Amino acid sequence: MSKYILHRLLLTIPTLFGAALLVFLLMRAVPGDVCEIRLFGTGLYADQEQLDQCRDKLGLNKPMPLQFWDFVSGYFTGDLGESMWTGKPVAEEIGLRFQLSMQLAIMATAVAVIIAIPLGIISAVKQNTWIDYLVRAFSIAGIAIPSFWLGIVIILGLLIITQAWFGIPWMPPIEYVSPFEDPMENLAQLIWPAVATGYRYSAVATRMTRSALLEVLREDYVRTARAKGLLEKVIINRHALKNSLLPVVTIIALEFAFLMGGLVVTEQVFNLNGLGKLFVEAVLQHDFTLTQQLVMLVVVIFVLTNLFIDIMYAWLDPRIRYS
Amino acid sequence: MRFNYRSVAAAVALGCAVGTTQTALAQETPQRGGILNFVVPSTIPSYDAHRETTFGVIHPMAPFYSLLIRVNPANPASPTDFVCDVCDGTVPEPTDGGTVYTFKIRDGVKFHDGKPLDAYDVKATYDKIIFPPEGVPSSRKAFFSMVDAVEAPDARTVVFKLKYPSGAFVPALATPFNWIYSKKDLDEHGYEWHTKNINGSGPFLFVQEQPGAFVEGKRNPNYHHEGRPYIDGFKAIQAPKMAVNLQAIRGDRAAAQFRGFPPKAVDDLVKALGDKITVQTSDWNCVLLTTINQNRKPFDDARVRRALTLAVDRWGGSQYLSKIAIVKTVGGVAFPNHPLAATSEELQQLAGYYPDLEKSREMARKLLADAGQSNLKFELNNRGVDQPYKVVGTWLIDQWKQVGLDVTQRVQPSGPFYDTLRKKRDFDISMDFNCQSVVNPIADVTKWLGSAGNNFGGYEDPILEELYDNLAREGDPAKQRKILRQYEERALSDQAHLLVTLWWNRITAHRSYFKGWKISPSHYLDQQLDNVWLDKSLM
Repeated sequence: MSKYILHRLLLTIPTLFGAALLVFLLMRAVPGDVCEIRLFGTGLYADQEQLDQCRDKLGLNKPMPLQFWDFVSGYFTGDLGESMWTGKPVAEEIGLRFQLSMQLAIMATAVAVIIAIPLGIISAVKQNTWIDYLVRAFSIAGIAIPSFWLGIVIILGLLIITQAWFGIPWMPPIEYVSPFEDPMENLAQLIWPAVATGYRYSAVATRMTRSALLEVLREDYVRTARAKGLLEKVIINRHALKNSLLPVVTIIALEFAFLMGGLVVTEQVFNLNGLGKLFVEAVLQHDFTLTQQLVMLVVVIFVLTNLFIDIMYAWLDPRIRYS
Repeated sequence: MRFNYRSVAAAVALGCAVGTTQTALAQETPQRGGILNFVVPSTIPSYDAHRETTFGVIHPMAPFYSLLIRVNPANPASPTDFVCDVCDGTVPEPTDGGTVYTFKIRDGVKFHDGKPLDAYDVKATYDKIIFPPEGVPSSRKAFFSMVDAVEAPDARTVVFKLKYPSGAFVPALATPFNWIYSKKDLDEHGYEWHTKNINGSGPFLFVQEQPGAFVEGKRNPNYHHEGRPYIDGFKAIQAPKMAVNLQAIRGDRAAAQFRGFPPKAVDDLVKALGDKITVQTSDWNCVLLTTINQNRKPFDDARVRRALTLAVDRWGGSQYLSKIAIVKTVGGVAFPNHPLAATSEELQQLAGYYPDLEKSREMARKLLADAGQSNLKFELNNRGVDQPYKVVGTWLIDQWKQVGLDVTQRVQPSGPFYDTLRKKRDFDISMDFNCQSVVNPIADVTKWLGSAGNNFGGYEDPILEELYDNLAREGDPAKQRKILRQYEERALSDQAHLLVTLWWNRITAHRSYFKGWKISPSHYLDQQLDNVWLDKSLM
């Protein structure tokens, strides 16, 4: 197993290199650069001399191969560069947001799992009953409703309801407080985006749990278990559920990876200072250094998530063995 | 000081801001204490205002710094009322035929590290801004092209020597980006130090910045304006999305946002919160323009350009666009409320501003026919920003359609938009804008010069250049005004180089318990927050 993991880890090197090359070229294919945004975006005076000076300082006038070398060589020296917008080290910019994004991803995953697994099981067990229809409608609604829209509805709902009930409109905090500093304030801020995101996420997982479980429940060994007179609860919990979880784990893990950098709009709706918001700002500001490193971070997260999924397969299904 | 326009300025100040509560504000006694939370719909690049151009650095960081002179915080609506900040007394009148300005530096001003602020710090600061060493960026160097030297004969005196008298000099000094740095910091740490460090002499001491989240400041007990600031501290929360800004004020997570909101958003806020919200409005020193690419046919023909401006109903557009967008006032090349700006009567003499719209459009059709361009088709390059670019762009297309022109719109994100406008220059007509901080018409109107670094029309107009040269070197306001009318007529009417659409309209909404802040013609101005306070009885 360890040999397999090492092999997979080595394979990430060409993947990362390909991703680095792709993001480097794509960023430069988009017209405009950070200096133009910085100097002309506000409509104030700026001339060509200032523009050239800015580009020189940020290395944008260097030949492309040299710029690429600056980018990738940072991985060997441990220097990921500085944000072209703020001048702060990229590692610091990303590190600050990572905590929030990680916490939100964990909370949204928890919300999704808490909703999806029980509902998926109930829906499968009660197939084609009104309960099943209700669960399916609930999950289809979750897929259909974008999480950012749900986020807006939640905020406006909170403002309107609290004003109507208590006379004072209330909304979640718009600045992040670490859970170690003030857990209640932290929860007051993050529970709402976790619910908005977790609902959509749970909808996919509910449907996956239902269909996977239905398939397993039709297997011979389940019929055998029933013939032996085992309790339905035992059949589902001990024999069927674990085997039906393979695709569910895949979905949950991939969604988790997506949440780490993909909550672009939801983070903006709730003004969360996470990786998604940073991503948007970096792209809009044409901050090549920051965008490149953020893309690389997401690539690493997806590569590691896929590895994790494969390891989970082996744990969930003893028949799967890697060599 | 009331600059050179004392009597006009008073009248202008009255008309400029329409904040309904301002008179009441002035009569109330400020209360001490409390923390002000406000939202900033932008991000902070570096901490060095000398090189930056965004309000994203002004709103959270200006409270940490002082200026040599500033717009009068008691009367920020006036475009000509400047007062001393670290200088002593009033803003000095020039001597030596208008070429020498001597400032006395106030005693007892201290940097936050405890070092006293003196004339050598002011000189070092302005040397960095006006004469930066090679490789050191300074975004407002061009503002001071009239300055020959900055001298500090002693610790309390700073002398600015000009090459020629200029009405643009005093407003340029009051630019809110000209933060006074300590000479010691510049000497010991170099010119990059201020991009990541703060040591000012302003009303608030820097506490922390959480990048992407907020900036926090606390009251400076040694501030040189006695008794101020009133509040104990502030938190500037970064929230780029307008919807979040509005919700934050509604949910009282923030008391204010200082940039401005569209009219409908403010209406909704007032509807939800009633008298808990105070609205202030002002003309805004920003204007949307349309740059015509004269390197492309048929736009090198002045008849076509004149037709383009004649087709536009500015007076009507002002009425209906102001209900949905942040534009309102019909104006020429200068900020509408400045003494140098054209009056309505003067504007109505210019093509595109005639009171008779039908006659204008008939003239436009005739000019197009004469130029053989009655069925002209072209593309408008526009920036993918709703307020007010896309709204005004769509309106313009309809206006041009009225005279038979067929216009399509290419909307691009900011990066590609500027690339098209500046680098590729592969556009027919493009939206463009001019947005300045201190109202300084003599500096601001350089945008119309073909030689200007921020002009993308691809034309040369020696007559206009000469007019500007005369304007820049003229010290008498009455003569400046006369030259500016000639300049305006040539730029907007005769040659129609760069068309003015409508000047922006700044509408701010803040919690009514937040007092002492008065709207100004620019979201860059008067943001030191030393005069604001919180009325606890309304919280």
